[in-house]
Amino acid sequence: MAEQIIFYVLAIVIVVFSILSVTSRRILRSATYLLFVLLATAGLYLLMGYEFLFGVQISVYAGGIMVLYIFSILLTSHAGDKAKKVSWKRLVPAGVAAVAGFAVCGHIIFHNVYKIAQTISPEISMQQLGTAMLGTGKDQYLLPFEAISILLLACVIGGIMIARKR
Amino acid sequence: MSNIPLAAYLVVSAIMFFAGIYGFLSRRNMLTILMSLELMLNAADINFVAFNKYLYPGQMDGAFFALFAIGVSAAETAIAIAIIINIYRNIKNIYVDEVNKMKY
Repeated sequence: MAEQIIFYVLAIVIVVFSILSVTSRRILRSATYLLFVLLATAGLYLLMGYEFLFGVQISVYAGGIMVLYIFSILLTSHAGDKAKKVSWKRLVPAGVAAVAGFAVCGHIIFHNVYKIAQTISPEISMQQLGTAMLGTGKDQYLLPFEAISILLLACVIGGIMIARKR
Repeated sequence: MSNIPLAAYLVVSAIMFFAGIYGFLSRRNMLTILMSLELMLNAADINFVAFNKYLYPGQMDGAFFALFAIGVSAAETAIAIAIIINIYRNIKNIYVDEVNKMKY
């Protein structure tokens, strides 16, 4: 019961704040709403029993990426700026695309997802996670891990190259 | 844990994803477009983790996909923000309909 209540609270937070985040006209507010959505997502991970993903979500998204966003918002706009009014010609197709897509997805979810067998997997321990991440055998992930590290290195170098003064 | 069906997670992430689609199509500021992209990536991560939890007991491929997707999206956001700041430095504007010259 407690789990259901927590899930409903997190789901309502996610739904309300993700919609507010894409409709708010003040950009700093929409960044704050996005932060709430990311934190609630971390809560969902914790509810499903993935503590490591919870930590990663909090530290990478809520800690790192949001700081980047807020810095760049403050660099590129002035306090109290409102986004320009968007014409209906832009809003209507966007709304139609979103609602139609959601209708298709919702139909698929409610008509097909209940047909498949669902089991609950046991919690993954930190030790299993670490062994799988740094092993080279079957179902182990050392190569993607190294690929991600190369990608992050390229990202650091690219960021410096793009942002330096000429 | 078994009290919450898989479909509940999927509905939440679908709403989040299509909120992202709406923002991506309707916003004009590059930073808000990037934020909508972030919403979409996050919704995909929730799906990966939920499928792993409910359909593949004892395995952790979905959790690893979510983990690597978070890493990739962090890198992508950092580079995109560097590019946006660079554009702002050059033409003092980050609205997509006013940035229409490759070279200033």
